[in-house]
Amino acid sequence: MIEFTSWDIVRNLLLAARWTVLLSLAAFIGGGIVGLIVLFFRIAKNKWSRRIASGYIALFQGTPLLMQLFLMFFGLPMLGLRIEPWTAAALGLTFFASAYLAEIWRSGVAALPLGQWDAGASLGLHYLQELRLIILPQAFSITRAPTVGFLVQLIKSTALTSIIGFEELVRTSNAINNATFEPFKVYGLVALIFFIMCFPLTQYARRLEKQAAAR
Amino acid sequence: MAFAWLPGALGDIAHGAATTILLIAVTTLAGTLLSILGAAGRRNGPALLKRAIACYVEVMRNTPFLVQLFFIFFGLPSLGIRLDPILAAMLAMTLNMAAYTIEIVGAGLDAVPGGQTEAALALGLRPRQVFVKIVLPQALKIIYPALTSQVVIMMLESAVVSQIAVRELTYEADMLQARTFRSFETYFVVTLVYLALSMALRRLLVSGGRRALGAGVS
Repeated sequence: MIEFTSWDIVRNLLLAARWTVLLSLAAFIGGGIVGLIVLFFRIAKNKWSRRIASGYIALFQGTPLLMQLFLMFFGLPMLGLRIEPWTAAALGLTFFASAYLAEIWRSGVAALPLGQWDAGASLGLHYLQELRLIILPQAFSITRAPTVGFLVQLIKSTALTSIIGFEELVRTSNAINNATFEPFKVYGLVALIFFIMCFPLTQYARRLEKQAAAR
Repeated sequence: MAFAWLPGALGDIAHGAATTILLIAVTTLAGTLLSILGAAGRRNGPALLKRAIACYVEVMRNTPFLVQLFFIFFGLPSLGIRLDPILAAMLAMTLNMAAYTIEIVGAGLDAVPGGQTEAALALGLRPRQVFVKIVLPQALKIIYPALTSQVVIMMLESAVVSQIAVRELTYEADMLQARTFRSFETYFVVTLVYLALSMALRRLLVSGGRRALGAGVS
């Protein structure tokens, strides 16, 4: 039997944490792009496009992420796509993130005075220019704190991808735990690593919130 | 897509959904109570308690629920605390939810104007009465929508406790798909059940809140 020293445990966990970070980044960037598209539909002038977008958001906010991941993992192969845990995890988290980010940014758009739209129109800008030059920059800037807050939630959510077999921090810790029988130490360390990743972001979000309140 | 297995599975799905509802009911009650104590302690307790509560909130909010659950279920036995899966799940869910609701309840307590406390004290109420009868009801009314969202989020998060073999909705889905080999259809149906549960739970909480806390609760 292989003996695990504490250093072995920490080293293996840190190596696995790379995948947690990578998956979080991929899901955040992917979710941002898809979320932007959902946002366009959500704030469009067409009633049906708004309804479809709010249905999309309600669907992802009203079902467990674990179920969404299972549906990705078992559903995409039915469409004839070969799927690995990594693709299922990244895609699942991307759609999950897109729904939340779209809703956060929509709240930013809704918070802007209507005069901003009128001013844009009176300067002769068309709809897309108004969005790109006037509305979205302001909406992003006032929703920066909840966006960072959601990133923390997303990092924590990557833990669930261990269940569909993606080899990240939690899955590695399960394997190490099965070999060492030291759950207290192993899961304690995993919690610590997640804390180190999330806490600075939480503090940053809090600072942004204070700045926004002071303004 | 094939759903021939569904009629025979309805009993299991209903049983799982009932366990999920039990879990969230216990968590909501225990979590809200704990967070009221926590928020009050964080404002009026001794300095050490204040710091302990602040640490607790930060640790819980910055680590994944799944890891907290594994820590409680697999880690605590090495300290001699051995829990049933369902008890471990209830404990983990309550502790997790309280960390979020302590902040929410605290915000509500801060939002009640200080004049309310002064007026109640001037009427001769004891400090505890002031808190329970004057400040807390007003605070709960203010934060009720945020509390409702947190309960729904926790209900969705409870899917994770299937991983320690609590026989709730997701666990039943895992068992069903292992039996029927219809993974996608099984999870699809169960996802719809979750969607219905979360919508019903939200509606129930809003109408219950209107009755208990009066009009103006959304």
